[in-house]
Amino acid sequence: MKKTLMIATLAATAASAQFAHAARDYISIVGSSTVYPFATVVAERFGKSTNYKTPKIESTGSGGGMKLFCSGVGVQFPDITNASRRIKSTEFAQCQENGVKDIVEVLIGYDGIVIGNSVHAKQMELTRKDLFLALSKQVPNPNGSETMIDNPYKTWKDVNPALPNTKIEVLGPPPTSGTRDAFQELVLEAGCKEYSWIKAMEKTDKSAFKSACLSVREDGAYIEAGENDNLIVQKLNANKNALGIFGFSFLDQNSDKIQGSIVEGKEPEFESIADGSYPVSRPLYFYVKKEHMKTIPGMKEYLAEFTSEKAFGGEGYLSEKGMIPLSKKERAKVMADVKGLKNLQM
Amino acid sequence: MNKPSSHDTGANVENTMSTIDKVNRNLAKRYRKEKTFRAMGIASIAFGLLCLVVLFTDIIGKGHSAFLQTYIKLHVDLSTEMLYIDDPSDPHQIAAADYQGALKEALKERFPEVTDRRQKRNLYGIVSNGAGFQLRQMVEENPALLNTQLDVWVAADDDYDTYYKSRGEGEAYTGRFNEEQISWIEALIADGAVKKRFNTTFFTAGDSREPEQAGIRGAMMGSLFTLLVTLALSFPIGVAAAVYLEEYAPKNRFTDFIEVNINNLAAVPSIIFGLLGLAIFINFMEMPRSVPLVGGFVLTLMTLPTIIISSRAAIQAVPPSIREAAMGIGASKMQVILHHVLPLALPGMLTGTIIGMAQALGETAPLLMIGMVAFIVDIPGGITDPATALPVQIFLWADSPERAFVERTSAAIMVLLGFLILMNTLAVWLRKRLERRW
Repeated sequence: MKKTLMIATLAATAASAQFAHAARDYISIVGSSTVYPFATVVAERFGKSTNYKTPKIESTGSGGGMKLFCSGVGVQFPDITNASRRIKSTEFAQCQENGVKDIVEVLIGYDGIVIGNSVHAKQMELTRKDLFLALSKQVPNPNGSETMIDNPYKTWKDVNPALPNTKIEVLGPPPTSGTRDAFQELVLEAGCKEYSWIKAMEKTDKSAFKSACLSVREDGAYIEAGENDNLIVQKLNANKNALGIFGFSFLDQNSDKIQGSIVEGKEPEFESIADGSYPVSRPLYFYVKKEHMKTIPGMKEYLAEFTSEKAFGGEGYLSEKGMIPLSKKERAKVMADVKGLKNLQM
Repeated sequence: MNKPSSHDTGANVENTMSTIDKVNRNLAKRYRKEKTFRAMGIASIAFGLLCLVVLFTDIIGKGHSAFLQTYIKLHVDLSTEMLYIDDPSDPHQIAAADYQGALKEALKERFPEVTDRRQKRNLYGIVSNGAGFQLRQMVEENPALLNTQLDVWVAADDDYDTYYKSRGEGEAYTGRFNEEQISWIEALIADGAVKKRFNTTFFTAGDSREPEQAGIRGAMMGSLFTLLVTLALSFPIGVAAAVYLEEYAPKNRFTDFIEVNINNLAAVPSIIFGLLGLAIFINFMEMPRSVPLVGGFVLTLMTLPTIIISSRAAIQAVPPSIREAAMGIGASKMQVILHHVLPLALPGMLTGTIIGMAQALGETAPLLMIGMVAFIVDIPGGITDPATALPVQIFLWADSPERAFVERTSAAIMVLLGFLILMNTLAVWLRKRLERRW
């Protein structure tokens, strides 16, 4: 009995040791669910047009991807992580600590965030201030005294007399989502800063500023609809009074059902997001572990495919999938950085 | 005791009533109660069936169209100059030739009025960008096709596919189309060059970001390998545990403790098993992420309690007289178990195992933690190749922006439901077929 047990243990150890040292012959990618639909297209084309295996892409979210990516160097750790925001300095420090020293940062394009409603309803014309007043947990006291009160607004008309007299009902992503982070930062914070006394608070009392600007109301006007943007589209279709918050590619695919609201006088369109005049858009990145380039086949070629003009270029296939491409100048810089495998400095 | 009811005249009437009268008096009421009781049961079953019908109509209504795919007929010129092949006998050149280019040329010939660069790009988008691979395969199988002109049916792009499918039923899906694109596809339809065919790609291909090239083969193989590992581990371990607990283990506090724990494990949310698998198999034993082997290990942990509990019940159901008779003629305990108890308990154990497997087939949460929620194009060939599973594929497609994935999501659900129904039917059939009553 003892002998069998020993043999079994030995076999198990040998097997796991074998896994640890076996070379991986495909690229392992983790990260943002926003970049996922674009990275997968590149991966698929890369697999079909070269002799390398198709990379494996996990959709773990930006934060989860960074954590896995920064865990260490070796075949059991991912080679590339996608992110819908820039790497944080804490994450970078974590990477350095675990031996992931040389990282290449690649900016690939932009993603627009759309506030939209059903095509059967009237198109909304909003400002970031309207959205802040409608959705923030606390708003400045309407009587002009510089204090914050719990959000009293029930209809859009309460927020801004120019808006229709319908109930405020916004379907959006939950706090775990990168889209939500971006929405808070790009819309709520920006709208909030239009009050000069709150803006002044940013320097003097950071936590008060954060709670004033970056919390979403929880009294039912903002409805957390899950991470699935398709679900939000379906619900908008059923409820004509509701507004939804989702990625631009979903507007692009469902333009027969939903329309984007005008924000700060700009419609969410391909061109207006690309030239930066539509205010609610965020950059998309991926990060490459340089230490893996020698052991994992095809990484250089994957990078070249992703940053080729036919992929992330102005007319490239990623733009057809709804990604907003970089400007020509930005692309030239990214291509040069990728060619030279420039290390990320922080 | 016997309270007189309102229409009784007195207590002595009650006493003079025979038993049958007493029974008859209440009979109508008792029948009524009986009927209501039965109606309640029928109502709950009817409610369940109604939900099922609604679910099925919704899924089948959305998903049935995914089993068909729109194809477009093009007149393609496969001359060697067109494909840039210098030496038709060289298989490398045939493999690397520009077949998508030949298709573009065919489209250009069909619509010579299109000259603008942007328009041309739109025009080329009518056919799937996987159509070139289809053409390449044709030529590789039959090199004699080179230097001929022929009509081929190639898969249409997903937008055109959705347009053609929704065209018959009221307002067609024109989402991202402009007038020109509609006029092109309408011209092709008028030519009779568009038709729907059975979507074989859906059953033979792995995942893809192009809906018309996406299939569930990869996910099915992933599920198969995962379930094989699960079955190979959980059935022997589960049965051995059940046999020991039923036949050998003494009845004491320790075995009670084990029993409570097994029952408890059966109720633990499956994501916990995923976290456990992540900690033990991937972080500690350093196994690779996203492979069916680890998926199988995790699902084994999840299905074990189900199998142990049902196996114990099956062993308990074997009458003690059989054990005693075998002992009486001199069989050892092991012989009793192997020759008599296990064969008689097997149908019950198998039923439990199949139900456990069906549960494992529909599980996504634990697979999330061990990296099986991933985009994997290549079809896995073994238990150490990266893979996903059927429910994961459904989850990933449900999240995709492309319109054509909506019907594919529902179609994949139909396939998964089909497998589940098959497995559960097998379990019922086995029980009916092999069950013995004493």
